[in-house]
Amino acid sequence: MSSRRDQQSLEQTGKGRGLSKGHQLNWARWVTVGVIWIVVVLPLTALFLRSFAFRWLFPDILPGQWGLRAWDYTFGESSRVVEALLNSVGVALLVTMLAMIVGLPTARALGMHDFRGKKVVEWILLTPIIVPVLVAVMGIHIVFIKLRLTGTIWGVALVHLIPATPYFVLVMSSVFANYSPALEETARSLGANKFRVFRYVTFPAISSGLLVASLFTFLISWSQYVTTLLIGSGTFVTLPLVLFPFLGGGNAAVGSAITLIFVAPAILVLILTSRSLGRGSTVMGGFGKI
Amino acid sequence: MKIDRYSLKEGLKIPLMVFPSMAVIVLLFGGGLVFGLLQSLGYLPVAGLTDFTFSHYVNVLTDPTFLRSLWVTFRIAFIVTLLSTVIAVGMAFILREQFPGSRITTFVFQIPLPVPHLVAASAVILLFAQSGLISRVAVALGFIDAPSGFPVLINDKLGVGITLSFVWKEVPFIGLVVLAVLQSVGPKYEELARTLGANKRQRLQYVLLPLIMPGLLSTWIIVFAFTFANFEIPLLLGQTFPQTLPVQAFQEFQKPELTSRPIGMAIATVIAAITIVLLVAYRRLARYSRA
Repeated sequence: MSSRRDQQSLEQTGKGRGLSKGHQLNWARWVTVGVIWIVVVLPLTALFLRSFAFRWLFPDILPGQWGLRAWDYTFGESSRVVEALLNSVGVALLVTMLAMIVGLPTARALGMHDFRGKKVVEWILLTPIIVPVLVAVMGIHIVFIKLRLTGTIWGVALVHLIPATPYFVLVMSSVFANYSPALEETARSLGANKFRVFRYVTFPAISSGLLVASLFTFLISWSQYVTTLLIGSGTFVTLPLVLFPFLGGGNAAVGSAITLIFVAPAILVLILTSRSLGRGSTVMGGFGKI
Repeated sequence: MKIDRYSLKEGLKIPLMVFPSMAVIVLLFGGGLVFGLLQSLGYLPVAGLTDFTFSHYVNVLTDPTFLRSLWVTFRIAFIVTLLSTVIAVGMAFILREQFPGSRITTFVFQIPLPVPHLVAASAVILLFAQSGLISRVAVALGFIDAPSGFPVLINDKLGVGITLSFVWKEVPFIGLVVLAVLQSVGPKYEELARTLGANKRQRLQYVLLPLIMPGLLSTWIIVFAFTFANFEIPLLLGQTFPQTLPVQAFQEFQKPELTSRPIGMAIATVIAAITIVLLVAYRRLARYSRA
């Protein structure tokens, strides 16, 4: 009898505590939520407004006159934006394809097998993630000049491949670690050849992970600045290269317009992948536990 | 770990699977580091330099400009890592709860992560320049009346603009790692600790922090290395002097006279050496936290 009463009172105090705690948390919660939204949305909004502002004199918080001049210039012939945009997309697609070709088998080996030297392979993959790629690209520059790779899409793609390959392999190896090859055996025992096993069994099972890994590999190449600057030799320009001069004191409206084009794929990729990734388990979270 | 039966039959299968990616990294990255090391030791046949020497390292390491750059780079990377961690852990503790709008807020929280560094720098200029948006709001609120009244936060001595851009980028990175740990563990340990009489501070100190610590430590190393090695943000938002090490290395390397290349390469090799120490620490940590 008394024990039940104790329990009841315990529950009541528990509830009471929970309420006041919940109240405290709510306050911190809404401040955090507000900060997150403002800090992320405000910069993007400012870029958007700036790109459509024709006149935006000093103390005005909103532009005095609107206009499409910055966008006209951006897509006009005198800026190299369209050329750079095509180059950026082209080299990023090439890098993603190459990373997939060289990376998929390694990812499978790492995710599904235990083998001698696995530690060494992990070390080699991790090195370009922590040791700056810029150092190696500076070192190899002279070789690329001799091989006539500077200023070409192939030269730039090869140096982008240095950060892209380890990233792709590490993400895909965790996809393969959750993949069971039992169905492959079944398919083989039913007479399917290697290609058909891959096409009808392996590929469907890994396709969503592969899509996510490929999209983020695309973004790694897309974001490269200094490696392209060095190996592109000024003749092969990508979007960040034409953007840069506008940021250091150039026309801010054009700079904002190019920045928006430059940021669009990143946000698009995040929207595309957020559903398949779900809350908490993201490929970028995975990035931290390489 | 799963062992594929087919691999045992074909002993060459694994080496063949591993070879292509290893070739790419060893040839391009390893090769680049080796060529860079040779150049830093004064071996650059194109420029007629074929004698090995440590003089470039001696020059670099005794140069006060280099030492100031090293200090600036370390300071920025340290402050960014510290600030980002505090903000990220706090936000992760809030975001792990389910509440109306928590999903969309977590999505918004992630946005800076895939965004290129240059975009962060671009936005920081637009907002924090002396004639930027925040300065205009300050005018509207009556705090200042001219751009010159607003503090210099871009190309400034303390690297405020640089720090803001990096923190904007790195908070979601650290936050997602912490969030992933918190969500995979769930509330069970905390509830257990609570029933054993642990108060809020005790639960944080003895339950939650030990849980997130291993992931946090390895994330620190990555964030520190990223910040330390980044080129475009300090180039755009930093002072002309002293610059951070990667900018100094690159600018020395790019000078028209070929003889300044070995100096740029020596600085770059020092950067590589520092990050290799971080890499070893990272692996040690990974082994330790797995055990």
